Amino acid sequence: MTGAIGTSTARVDGIAKVTGTARYAYEHPFTDPVYLYPVQATITRGKIDTFHASAAEEVDGVLAVLSPWNAPRLADISDPELTLLQGPEVKFRGQIIGAVIATTPEIARYAQSLVEVGYAEEEHDTVLRTDHPDRYPEDDPQTIGDDVDQALSDAEIVIDQQYSTPEEHNTPMEPHTSVARWHAEEQHLTLTTATQGPHSVVDTLAPLLGLEPQQLRVVSPHVGGGFGSKAAPHAHDVLAALGAMAVPGRSVKYAITRQQGFVFVGYRSPTQQHLRLGARADGTLTAIDHESFSQVSPVGSFSENASSISASMYAADSRRLVHHLVPLDVPPPHWMRAPGEAPGMFALEVAMDELAVAAGVDPVELRLRNDPPRDPATGNRWTSRRLVDCLHEGARQFGWQDRDPRPGVRRDGEWLVGTGMASATYPHVMMPGTKATIRHNGAGRYTVRTGAADIGTGAWTTLTLISADALGISPDRVTMEIGDSSLPTATVAGGSSGTSSWGSAIVAAAEMFRRQHGEDPDAGAQTTGGVSEDPLAEGYTAASFGAHFVEVRVHPGTGEVRVPRMRGVFSIGRVINPRTVRSQLLGGMVMGVSMALHERSVRDPRFGHVVTQDLASYHVPVHADIEDMDASWLDDSDELATPMGSRGAGEIGIVGSAAAIANAVYHATGLRLRHLPLTPAVLLGD
Amino acid sequence: MESKLALTVDGEEHAIVVDNRTTLLDALRDHLGSTAPKKGCDHGQCGSCTVLEDDRRVTTCLSLAVAHDGASIVTASGLSGDDGLHPMQQAFIDQDAFQCGYCTPGQICSAIGMLAEAADGSPSFVTDDLAEAPSLTDAEIRERLSGNLCRCGAYVNIVAAVKQAAEEGTA
Repeated sequence: MTGAIGTSTARVDGIAKVTGTARYAYEHPFTDPVYLYPVQATITRGKIDTFHASAAEEVDGVLAVLSPWNAPRLADISDPELTLLQGPEVKFRGQIIGAVIATTPEIARYAQSLVEVGYAEEEHDTVLRTDHPDRYPEDDPQTIGDDVDQALSDAEIVIDQQYSTPEEHNTPMEPHTSVARWHAEEQHLTLTTATQGPHSVVDTLAPLLGLEPQQLRVVSPHVGGGFGSKAAPHAHDVLAALGAMAVPGRSVKYAITRQQGFVFVGYRSPTQQHLRLGARADGTLTAIDHESFSQVSPVGSFSENASSISASMYAADSRRLVHHLVPLDVPPPHWMRAPGEAPGMFALEVAMDELAVAAGVDPVELRLRNDPPRDPATGNRWTSRRLVDCLHEGARQFGWQDRDPRPGVRRDGEWLVGTGMASATYPHVMMPGTKATIRHNGAGRYTVRTGAADIGTGAWTTLTLISADALGISPDRVTMEIGDSSLPTATVAGGSSGTSSWGSAIVAAAEMFRRQHGEDPDAGAQTTGGVSEDPLAEGYTAASFGAHFVEVRVHPGTGEVRVPRMRGVFSIGRVINPRTVRSQLLGGMVMGVSMALHERSVRDPRFGHVVTQDLASYHVPVHADIEDMDASWLDDSDELATPMGSRGAGEIGIVGSAAAIANAVYHATGLRLRHLPLTPAVLLGD
Repeated sequence: MESKLALTVDGEEHAIVVDNRTTLLDALRDHLGSTAPKKGCDHGQCGSCTVLEDDRRVTTCLSLAVAHDGASIVTASGLSGDDGLHPMQQAFIDQDAFQCGYCTPGQICSAIGMLAEAADGSPSFVTDDLAEAPSLTDAEIRERLSGNLCRCGAYVNIVAAVKQAAEEGTA
């Protein structure tokens, strides 16, 4: 080890990004590009009767109009989300049902408006409700320990409440973009796209398009955020590929509009949750019963399981978890930062605050009393569970001690002031399968290649530091190459698993390189190695933990909630690059503020689409919403989890943060609010 | 319909022919290959497309290219000179004031334009005393940059970067 890991390091892609020269998917120098604009369904459920394209085809500059009848046939139609233009069925409003390809974006967009589509419309249903007749449990209820109903009836304190979180959209700043070029002679497709995993795009799309993996190259060196929505290919990638096959030899550019980003690139399902906590008089939990509901699309199976967070968070002798799916005529929900954990932890941590009030116990003390020595879901040992240390350190930094628990009694001028806290957790995920190639270029300089993705996480830099220590050299002697499926295979940037998975592979490859080539290798010496299994030993559970502390101010006249101060303390194993990790944790906390106070996709049940489909009506925090906020971490290392001693940091910041704010709003106002977001209308009792 | 127009971008003069429907942003990106102004919303709601036109910050997605004949535009790519990065760019790197980097060129142009506006004495919504020159408090910086969204949530570090650059006297 040379000590690169742990050294605060500026991003290696920093100059490219501040000068605007880092190329995102749309911005590569394509020769002679053409532009695609989709035709979208204007009904929510039914069939296309007629598709008249002649007016569009006659526009000067239009090269092709794709419809469900003339689009290239797909070789594999097993994934309905990606089965595009293969039939007349409409399953959700805004579904892609055609496309215009033209020489300019203006012509493509105008010509698309000339396509006349007739439908046989059927009734639709887009409203999530817990008594929906078609609801079904995703799995059998997970029962751990003693009978939960008995424990609840024996409990001295019972918290029994309903919670909900709204539909939310990832809305990365870079709208999803896919540029496809079909080389007919070589029978090869190049897809320059914004993705969290170039190889996962190949794995999914090659069979769909009837191609061998080597016939598809995915290029994605810089990605403008994803938050899960770019973790798998979506309909726009398939559309660009089909478009490319219709006009071989041309680069077909398709950048989705911001509005389309609220349709077919994934989103977080709304959740409805019923939580029952049973406890002794001192707040010690005896029962946790967590039931949740999310919606599922006719063209997808993704499930936002909010109840599973309660499996391992706190000790209790009896526990039952069940998640129900409600099939609706909606686009497919998909990953959004901490899927399941973020909405589930909102409910659990607000319920814990209610229990603290009911038991007359300080909220921090309540969590200390319920910290499980082993993983309650499995009986496993923890590799490292330091929630208690995070709670103590967070309380110290924030100045939590001697907090007056009484709600609604502190005023600063017109403002009501309160403080709140919540725990955070996120499971450690290491995905086996990544390979890395180490090459000595001569003169002690090395190139390290793997098909990883940097979606803003800092992977370009983090993997440089890991490579440097693994090879025993200084970081400036390492050139990273990532973001391309022509590089050695890599797993996806998702589930906070990227650094763990790719870093472990680089460490393994570097060890193999030194075994094969020694400390003084020839120029050109090269080794490819990787990790084929998760090194976590049987009988262990690994997870990250944290604690959020928040001060809020609530204006009783306007219902406005401000967050003047917020602190997060996390246990995430060894921190590879303090500079970028702090940014990731802060970014998660900002998204927690956003979840608590701003974000809500309003789906109109009459028409089936999201009305708040732009950045004026879908609210996310702006500069003025984020005040004094900081994130820090414990001095930590978890070498049972990864050889670097690190665990994931990408998602834990959003987990629990919305609950901490809701709990602070209770402390400020006395209003216990269990349904997000906490907008002024909600605060004013609408 | 098409029109001919002249644009100076990052010091380079261009004569282009554009569809009259083409926005200034699309002219920069599609016609001139400029990668610094980004398309985040195309509706003036996110600020990613911000450039400096005659030293003022402008959202290029909100106006048509034909309305900018003869304009002189500086994007984030044109800020760095022979002696390296613009101090605002260096401050963004030093403070890790970005993650994915997509909003970053717009944030940087907006921050430079904002410092000039404040130096000129333009008040903002949070300026207490309209008779006095506004002082660059954190609240002033946040208010004046609230037209530039960052979904990665780098706001704390962006404010730190703007303060660093302002203290270095680069307004």
